[in-house]
Amino acid sequence: SLRVMAALERALRAAAAELCQAAEGAAAALGAVRAALAEAGGPAALGERERALYGAFLRGLARAPPAARPEGLWQSCFLEGPPGLALGALLEALASPGPNIRLGEVVAVLEQFLQEGQISALMWDVCQQQAQAGSPELQEALLNKVVCLPDHVSNKLQGNPPPVFFPQNYFPFLGGAIIQVLQKISESLRGGLDCSISFVSHVLGKVCVQGRQKEILSVLVPHLTDLTKSDCIWQRICWRLVECVPDRWMEAVVLGFVQTAPGADVLSRLLGNLVVKNKKAQFVVTQKVLLLQYGHTTAVLQNLLGYLSLDSLRRPLLIKVLQELLETWGSSSAVKHSPPEQQQYISKAILICLSHLKEPEIESCRQGLLTSMMEGVKCHLDSNLPQIRRLGMIVAESISSKINTDGPVLKFQVKVIMKFVSGVLRGNFKPKPVGNIQSLPWWEDFDDDLMPYDMSEDKELKTKAPVYIRDCIEGRRCKISVSVELAKILLHLEEKTCIEGFLELRQRAQVAVLTTDPIPVAKYLTSQFYALNYSLRQRMDILDVLVLAAQELSYPKSRGKTTRPGAQKPCIQPLPGSDSSKGWRRIVDERIKSKTRRFSQVELASGPNEFSSVAGHFFFPLIQHFDRPLTTFDLLGEDHFVLGRLVHTLATLMYLAVNTVAVTAMGKALLEFVWALRFHTDPYVRQGLLSCISSTLLSVPTECLLEDVTEELLETQSWLGGKMRGSICQRLSG
Amino acid sequence: MALPPPDPQFVLRGTSAAVHTLHFSCGGQEPDVPILFSGSQNGFIHVWNLKTHRVDTTLDGHGRKSVYCVETMGGKNRLLSQGRDQRICLWDLAEGRASVTDSVFTENVGFCRCSLLKVAQGRWLMAMAAKALEEVQVLELPSKTSVCTLKPEVGAKLGMPMCLKLWQVSCGSQPLLLAGYEDGSVVLWNLSMGKASSQLGCHQEPVMSLDFDSEKAKGISGSSEKVLSIWSLNEQQNLQVYKTHKLVNAGISDITIRPDKKILATAGWDHRIRIFGWKKLKPLAVLDYHTAMVHCVSFSDHTDLSERLLAAGSKDHRISIWSIYT
Repeated sequence: SLRVMAALERALRAAAAELCQAAEGAAAALGAVRAALAEAGGPAALGERERALYGAFLRGLARAPPAARPEGLWQSCFLEGPPGLALGALLEALASPGPNIRLGEVVAVLEQFLQEGQISALMWDVCQQQAQAGSPELQEALLNKVVCLPDHVSNKLQGNPPPVFFPQNYFPFLGGAIIQVLQKISESLRGGLDCSISFVSHVLGKVCVQGRQKEILSVLVPHLTDLTKSDCIWQRICWRLVECVPDRWMEAVVLGFVQTAPGADVLSRLLGNLVVKNKKAQFVVTQKVLLLQYGHTTAVLQNLLGYLSLDSLRRPLLIKVLQELLETWGSSSAVKHSPPEQQQYISKAILICLSHLKEPEIESCRQGLLTSMMEGVKCHLDSNLPQIRRLGMIVAESISSKINTDGPVLKFQVKVIMKFVSGVLRGNFKPKPVGNIQSLPWWEDFDDDLMPYDMSEDKELKTKAPVYIRDCIEGRRCKISVSVELAKILLHLEEKTCIEGFLELRQRAQVAVLTTDPIPVAKYLTSQFYALNYSLRQRMDILDVLVLAAQELSYPKSRGKTTRPGAQKPCIQPLPGSDSSKGWRRIVDERIKSKTRRFSQVELASGPNEFSSVAGHFFFPLIQHFDRPLTTFDLLGEDHFVLGRLVHTLATLMYLAVNTVAVTAMGKALLEFVWALRFHTDPYVRQGLLSCISSTLLSVPTECLLEDVTEELLETQSWLGGKMRGSICQRLSG
Repeated sequence: MALPPPDPQFVLRGTSAAVHTLHFSCGGQEPDVPILFSGSQNGFIHVWNLKTHRVDTTLDGHGRKSVYCVETMGGKNRLLSQGRDQRICLWDLAEGRASVTDSVFTENVGFCRCSLLKVAQGRWLMAMAAKALEEVQVLELPSKTSVCTLKPEVGAKLGMPMCLKLWQVSCGSQPLLLAGYEDGSVVLWNLSMGKASSQLGCHQEPVMSLDFDSEKAKGISGSSEKVLSIWSLNEQQNLQVYKTHKLVNAGISDITIRPDKKILATAGWDHRIRIFGWKKLKPLAVLDYHTAMVHCVSFSDHTDLSERLLAAGSKDHRISIWSIYT
């Protein structure tokens, strides 16, 4: 063998000499090198000294003058030599062009180099050397060359490389090469030989961190899925492959696997207990993907949480994750400040976690679940955004049904639950059906082919209102005492009897009382708005009634006709049941909508505005006391929802007071009020403030605006014009 | 999710009075156009062309007194109408004529619609409420000869007849009469013996309308209450209650079973038309279009079943035409 190596060394030196002289003998010299290499037993057999010589020879070869490049022979010297050296020599030639280097030729050899599988040979080479502790710098250099090959080539060729060097082609190709190397590793392990996988892991890691997870894993994952199905050596190889990825690239690799794996079981097979062994991976899986990011699909969540649930070593992590998710879900700050999409993401994750929990595990953390549910549901229901409230209800219902196996279960009547839950869980988790499905009458079980139409609108007709109330209101003599008395009764009237549309009827009655005798009743109602011991509901009733009555009074055609059908007005909405905060929101939304519409059609029908003489009585008492908290009612504190309603009510009253005497004074007061609240944290309140400003600008005559309200106007302008504008308008438009 | 109920296919406007009765005549061959007769409170009978949806002719034969029953006698050219002027008129409408050829003075002051049954070619039986409050008289038309007078037994206290239905098991067999009375009972009369063969208390309130399916020997009746009553006739010719169906709102002014016996329609005081499957009385649809009490419902007699229509006439002066379960 020594003799053979000596012969190779001689041949290499001779060839190097020939190349320098660009002599005719180059072909013969290269032939001799090939023969000597073949006799030595191929590139794998070379020792360190021979490798160094061969490297120098290849570098020389790449720069050889055209005369010393016998066609075919020249290329095969690169393809047959040690692949690492060949790649190094070729890339070096590519990087530092000289007079004799033709880019096209070099790239053609590189292409051939790829096609003949030399990349996998290269990686396998390194794996073997690694087992004998090869130099880390050399490996780092090789790693760069392998992973960045497309960049090197395309940088040189100015965007016109052969297709194999396109990233979308190269990285799948590299995936295939990795599979080949892993095959060899598996064979060598089975043969009892040791070899290191870490170079392959580095390649994988570096590719992933460069953002090419999809390309490389789309090849790797299906193959590995298949190979690990029943082979424990392959499983260990796969686990090792991921474990050996350096921490700095771990996130990219784990994310790539989670996104590519077709299911949690496959993911569990491919990653093994990585999350338990590797801190970085654990952080990524249990914190980063779930709590810090929210752009992943539901399938990713299912993969990830399913993976955690599939091994007893990982299940504690699942419970820990659930607790952390619930902590975020139940944090009022998170509910207020994180985007709805993220909250939906977290809710999905919670539902999936819940579906994986087993009875004993629930037992162990029931109390904790209950506590976080109670906290979470509270701050979700406080939210102004309907979808957040709905999410809160959905999650709370699911938790409650999971932890209360025998006790009472929390129940909101949310119709979207089924859709949402089944969408998220795809059959993992069977919630009880929500909503009331009526049992079918016996004779519908086997009836003919006639499909019934929707008959839900088939309700009892309303009966006429009792006559004596109207008589009472119309009886002018006792009007004053009666009207306030009636208003008082109506405000406190509860639905004790079974009357269809009770709330709407009550509201209409209140409006009727108020419009019949505006001043004393408005005085009474506005004083009650700030009085002790009313429910929020009653206070909001008062606001509603004031707005509706103002509308009716200011609407010229409505008066005189006493029996105007209330249902046809866009503004009067029947109030839903007192327990439904969702309905409140809906009404508010619709009212805002209806108002917005009215703003655009500025013109009001002419005629005496009956609101004009009483507008002040509606308006000023309401605006006076907002900053004086009572024991049961704190507008500037936690009752900001009512504050929001109040602000909107004031905006509407302001708008309806157009052309009235008091309008300038009202506008002044309102702008002051707006100024006081301009930094309120609740967007609904701020939105109301903006509509206050708009209605002031619409209602107060221009000359009065400029004369009497100048200062307030300038303040408002500076507020709107200032840096707040961007954020407010964004929030409103967003 | 069930489909929302359909809208009317079209609406006929222009009677300028409450519509009390409707009758289709759509069985003719081309070039005959399908026709709907309507009788209204102002005493006019309108002949509606269902192609153009316009009134072809207006008939005035009841002295501006409400017309509450219209029937054809074999084709669209012979018409029978009954009005609050206590007259039943027979019309000749052929070749553009519009004349009353004959009339019967009923002397009855009630609202009971007469019932017509063809017993032979050119020969009809007609049952109508008679002068005496409790009596029903059966005449043969066009001869106007009295066949029988049906008097309840003394002390039966049925009150006035409210609705009538003449029928026979098959062509040529013995004609029978079902009558709904003021006290809520339905009585089966045997015409040849002139005697009641069975009586069934179906309602607490007067029977407003009834219809009978002679194939299934099953009938249905409605009153001012909240229930529909379904009853059957057993082989001993005894009426018995089959089942009752509870309604959402009280008051039924008319009930009609479609000729193919698949569905039935009711006209409700609650402004709604209700469709039921006749087999099991499965509620199928609630047609909510009218803004006042619906007075009458009628199915068309199209020979092409897919063109079949349902018409409803209402106090709101409108006639709604529906195409449903065709």
